[in-house]
Amino acid sequence: MNNAALVIGAGQAGVQVASTLRENGYDASITLAGAESHPPYSRPPLSKEFLEEAIDPTRLELRTDQFYNDQRIDVRVDDPVVDVAFVEPARPDGIATTASGAEIPFDLLAFTTGARPRRLAIPGADLRGVLYLRVIDDAIALRRELGSAERVVVVGGGFIGLEAASVAKSAGKTVTIVEALDRLAARAVAPVMSTFLYDAHTRRGVDVRLNTQVAAFEGAGRVATVRLADGSAIAADLVIVGVGILPRYELAERAGIECDGGILVDSAARTSRPGVVAAGDCTVMPNPLTGAGRVRLESTQNATAQAKVAGLSLLGLPAAHDAVPWFWSDQYDLKIQIAGLSQKYDDFVVRGEPDSEHFSVVYYSNDRLLATDAVNQMADYLAVRTALGRASTIDRVAAADAAVPLKQLIRAI
Amino acid sequence: MTKIVYTSAGGAERHVDATIGDSVMSTAVKNGVTGIVAECGGNCTCGTCHVYVDPEFMNIVGAPTGIEVDMLEMAVSDPRGNSRLSCQIRITSELDGLRVTTPETQP
Repeated sequence: MNNAALVIGAGQAGVQVASTLRENGYDASITLAGAESHPPYSRPPLSKEFLEEAIDPTRLELRTDQFYNDQRIDVRVDDPVVDVAFVEPARPDGIATTASGAEIPFDLLAFTTGARPRRLAIPGADLRGVLYLRVIDDAIALRRELGSAERVVVVGGGFIGLEAASVAKSAGKTVTIVEALDRLAARAVAPVMSTFLYDAHTRRGVDVRLNTQVAAFEGAGRVATVRLADGSAIAADLVIVGVGILPRYELAERAGIECDGGILVDSAARTSRPGVVAAGDCTVMPNPLTGAGRVRLESTQNATAQAKVAGLSLLGLPAAHDAVPWFWSDQYDLKIQIAGLSQKYDDFVVRGEPDSEHFSVVYYSNDRLLATDAVNQMADYLAVRTALGRASTIDRVAAADAAVPLKQLIRAI
Repeated sequence: MTKIVYTSAGGAERHVDATIGDSVMSTAVKNGVTGIVAECGGNCTCGTCHVYVDPEFMNIVGAPTGIEVDMLEMAVSDPRGNSRLSCQIRITSELDGLRVTTPETQP
């Protein structure tokens, strides 16, 4: 036995796995290995306040150096693990090799490898001024570019694109959002919310183009034009591409761990191999609310909650990842908060008037409460989150009366 | 140096050196104070950084406002008159020696 824990991937989930191991009495060595040159940091602000304000990168750090020292967590930055080899088929012991050639033995292993941005493979994609937004170095570069750009084109109308558009528009730029599908944030929200997001951005002067494909980026060294599939052009000093993320699971797959569009884990964050867990954006897991099916959730909340479970599982302690999923997005003065998973809804009620920008949508399936999307409506978000967390429900018919506070309607199932 | 004292529900104290401008939440999380979870990273969205502020400091720290009031009413267990979300308390030199107690459980 090597008697050492290795956590591959030094993001939110990785830090949480390492912390959970220590908090629960694990006393042997812990290595947290990351690919980036920065110590682990918080990612949500990158598309929000970090883009807007001159916040020092160190402010986003998840823990102090002192914490890692005190907890004897060996944080290796800028040296990604490139290979994992197990000693014997049925045992978790193995050796990981990093890009610099260092060998790290382990007998407990966690994959918290996160995701990379999906990149566009179109002509001109490597021109200067075409930027992605995933890591802090991307955000630093984007913040600098935003300072001098006048005309900003955002490719992709998901949450990252919408948040970036909001920052650019608020800074007085001319902003166009180009979305290939027929509605905004289609993977994350229902059509009623997509319509609201379209209206909210349009009202603030953003040119939102749906059903629109980008064919190429054009310019001499630096992007000057976004060429659309119909041949028309949009002038651009800066292009921000936010077309989704791809989970990083190739290392786990090569090591023989079962993957299917992500690292497959059970509700205790265990992979197909004993002694190996995974957590965060890189995983595919049972729906935390039902325990059934397979979902992949891209959120800090999921990364943290699932990583706690992963840490406990590594120690052989009982744990289940059944936390209510929640998510938020800040755009302009809109605080958008989502609790639960609405994807399979068959009915919904809208509380309040979307055009007032204070409203919520509550989703149901077979009269069972599924989720809410709330805009500047904290109380509704909290009520649904509370109900889902207590395996309670909120009556659909009664919920349609926006004058009645939802919290008064929470009932045990 | 500004000191913040975190006391767990069980009575264990942690004295932490804080940076002015940081929040009481981020100071706790960065230093591994376990009673504060802060799932949302300081966005007033999760209610897992709930603390009880030492009454002596309550007039400097002030009462919650806006959405924090809703959060404290709905999202935390056992709210009291001196409850605050520690992500909404910005550290100033006036708060040197601030004592906060973390609740039995964060949601």
